[in-house]
Amino acid sequence: MKKTAYSFPEEVLEHVFSFIVSDKDRSSISLVCKSWYEIERWCRRKVFVGNCYAVSPPILIKRFPELRSVTLKGKPHFADFNLVPEGWGGFACPWIRAMAGAYPWLEEIRLKRMVVSDESLEIIAKSFKNFKVLVLSSCEGFTTEGLAAIAANCRNLRELDLRESEVEDLSGRWLSDFPDSYTSLESLNISCLGNEVNLLALERLVSRCPNLKTLRLNRAVPLDRLPNLLRGAPQLAELGTGAYTSEMRPDVFSNLAEAFAGCKQLKALSGFWDVLPSYLPAVYPVCSQLTSLNLSYATVQSPDLIKLVSLCEKLQKLWVLDYIEDDGLEILAASCKDLRELRVFPSDPFGLEPNVALTEQGLVSVSEGCPKLQSVLYFCRQMSNAALNTIARNRPNMTRFRLCIIEPRSPDYLTLQPLDDGFGAIVEHCKDLRRLSLSGLLTDRVFEYIGTYGKKLEMLSVAFAGDSDLGLHHVLSGCDNLRKLEIRDCPFGDKALLANAAKLETMRSLWMSSCSVSFGACKVLGQKMPRLNVEVMDESGPPDSRPESSPVEKLYVYRTVAGPRLDMPGFVWTMDDDSALRIS
Amino acid sequence: MQGVTIIPTSGGGGESTMSSTLSKEDTNLVLSSEDSSCPEDSELLELGLGLGLSHKPAPKSHTHHHHHNHHHARILTAKDFPSSASASSSSSSSSSPASSLSRANNNTTITSGTKRTADSVAAAANGPSQVVGWPPLGIHRAKSINSKSPATEVFNLSSGKSKSGKTDVLRKSADKTDGNNDNIDTNEKRNIRSSLFVKVNMDGIAIGRKVDLGVHTSYETLAQTLEDMFRESTAAITFNGSNGEDYGILVGGDQHSKYLDGSSKFVLTYEDKDGDWMLVGDVPWEMFINSVRRLRIMRTSEANGNGLAPILEEKNCRQKSKPI
Repeated sequence: MKKTAYSFPEEVLEHVFSFIVSDKDRSSISLVCKSWYEIERWCRRKVFVGNCYAVSPPILIKRFPELRSVTLKGKPHFADFNLVPEGWGGFACPWIRAMAGAYPWLEEIRLKRMVVSDESLEIIAKSFKNFKVLVLSSCEGFTTEGLAAIAANCRNLRELDLRESEVEDLSGRWLSDFPDSYTSLESLNISCLGNEVNLLALERLVSRCPNLKTLRLNRAVPLDRLPNLLRGAPQLAELGTGAYTSEMRPDVFSNLAEAFAGCKQLKALSGFWDVLPSYLPAVYPVCSQLTSLNLSYATVQSPDLIKLVSLCEKLQKLWVLDYIEDDGLEILAASCKDLRELRVFPSDPFGLEPNVALTEQGLVSVSEGCPKLQSVLYFCRQMSNAALNTIARNRPNMTRFRLCIIEPRSPDYLTLQPLDDGFGAIVEHCKDLRRLSLSGLLTDRVFEYIGTYGKKLEMLSVAFAGDSDLGLHHVLSGCDNLRKLEIRDCPFGDKALLANAAKLETMRSLWMSSCSVSFGACKVLGQKMPRLNVEVMDESGPPDSRPESSPVEKLYVYRTVAGPRLDMPGFVWTMDDDSALRIS
Repeated sequence: MQGVTIIPTSGGGGESTMSSTLSKEDTNLVLSSEDSSCPEDSELLELGLGLGLSHKPAPKSHTHHHHHNHHHARILTAKDFPSSASASSSSSSSSSPASSLSRANNNTTITSGTKRTADSVAAAANGPSQVVGWPPLGIHRAKSINSKSPATEVFNLSSGKSKSGKTDVLRKSADKTDGNNDNIDTNEKRNIRSSLFVKVNMDGIAIGRKVDLGVHTSYETLAQTLEDMFRESTAAITFNGSNGEDYGILVGGDQHSKYLDGSSKFVLTYEDKDGDWMLVGDVPWEMFINSVRRLRIMRTSEANGNGLAPILEEKNCRQKSKPI
């Protein structure tokens, strides 16, 4: 490396770089000049790969030889809603194998929507001597045997978080595989496990780990064991209860209340499956210190919810079922002035008629009363342009707005017009909006608004909306910062897609299912854009067994430097130059 | 395509995507959690109403359309469904591809433009129309909703239908033969079913699948779906319900599932909530739904070993002796 009289020594630069943590900034540094690129890549410790197929393990390892922390995401977001067939991909194994060889000092692995096998977990357990953090978010493919390997071998493990994963729960024994000498646990999230864990082992583990800050239990942990656990970890900051129900006995209740009162640092609560309302007051002692409350599994009615929520003056994040109703949200708006994030989930999403008195009014109240509200996920059954307009004007600081009107294509219930103007107001007034999910009756007009105003928009989810290709064209040509676009059941087709092909290389990914994109267009796209992987999913057979003009079932397009992937299952076809050969 | 130019961001079409020719910028883009903006300009296309969809044949290499031996599809258009929604407000139901496309066996299939209408027929014939993945709730949440309310029927069959599996099959066959348009009435408020995804594995096939039992109301349609799902393996799957022989007769000849002719090397089994493996079809559908945890298409030889096959053979005998 050439040194001039004007440049800093390598060591100094490296030291300076160590203060730069954001991925974007790191990328910028690496582009300044060749020597900075070299220095930066040797001292990069943390990498985030938003799409595991956009790059390959050898490429990653070649560029960054000294990583300590890797985050990978696999399946597209719509996999959460069963739109991605089983076997599609997102296999963690090749990555884990490669990293096992290249990064003996790797400390952290975070995977989201990937398929992880027990074998992979065993490799992790045996290969990384200083392994500290394992987060498996919405992953699948492993069993409690894999967890046993982690427990038995990772002496320095700090965090084991299985949030939302699908684990084949063979036995609760794995917890006992943490050796008695193991005391470094700081965070444990087993809320997704179906069966009982060894409760005695759990209690002992909890009480011998003095730095345990986060403990999220699964439903199978009975309520009467909770006080013991809490007493073993009075320093807990985040707790997820198990089932919150038991025989109603006064001693159970007072035991519980006392145990909660002992947790002076508790800031976050979740769990609350099968809630018995009369046990809710046991958490009252900690309400005033709570910043995060997840009651989205708590099937209790409005009065109990209101009582609880109104005590949480410091609340910043609330997830709740629509049992809270408009009245409850009004009280929330009055009590919790620090609220930043609200998610309201449907208690009866498949029922035909509303079962609760939750309407657009609840959201309007919160938007009025909570000045810091910036992140919303709201399921409801009716909405109006007027309400959306009010919300937009109340909360120009909104950054994430996801609205799900349960019945697809529902119009403004007052005027019976499309909700174009309402969502238009949202994108117009909320200038920092980064994430938006649409629902209700929407024409191409809403996309015109989005293309015009959604300049900071990074992720857009669309379902049952739009009239024509113009809609898609507005979004692709207007949203300068768009990274992820996911569309289902919209009449968007070839024209807009092909006209904006170049845009796709600036995005992470595009998903389109049940739209009108023809197989022919997919082939053209794949052939013209070598740095995009254009994948067509069709479970009924090879797409070329139908006319070229037939629409494909599912289309997933993403940019990549790794070329077409080699692990596609039988129902996925790639539209690259060789696609014809592959299909034949 | 009129008035459209596709401009790749750099280089020609021949640029390799292999690592040796990577630019640093490429890797950065891919690794960065935030992407740079500035899309390339593409020429504006005329998106007026006058533009027809012109389909260029695939550019370079040939196109060869295989004429598959399977099904020759007849394309349905909106005209086939006089009372269905118009194309602009087409029905939104898109039931899981496997179940809707199982009709492909019978010369009906999806088409461009009216795909959703056809889907709604297929779906409606199963019962009230259903939408996969809507409302958008994660699997854990959807599961929790199901287990919360045991009192309410998991599958919201509309009031007109009876609850016995047999009668459902009767009604279904009637619907199919009439092309009954009442089921496609989109003014009728749609009944969105809850999902009940279970894993399905077939012996000898490494990759398992998932099937949504929520879109089915009878063993027949489930069998059809599974057959389509695992079509790559040519073995037929035996599937006899306690009324097994009846399915074959009541539902029209077209509908006859490969599963029912008894000549196969596989049987369909399921694991119930007690962890026991049972033959599918022995109990009424609702009971099955409430206890099934996952499915397995098991080799008959293995089923023999598990003691499942004797029951099977007995049924086969019964089936053969029953007059048609």
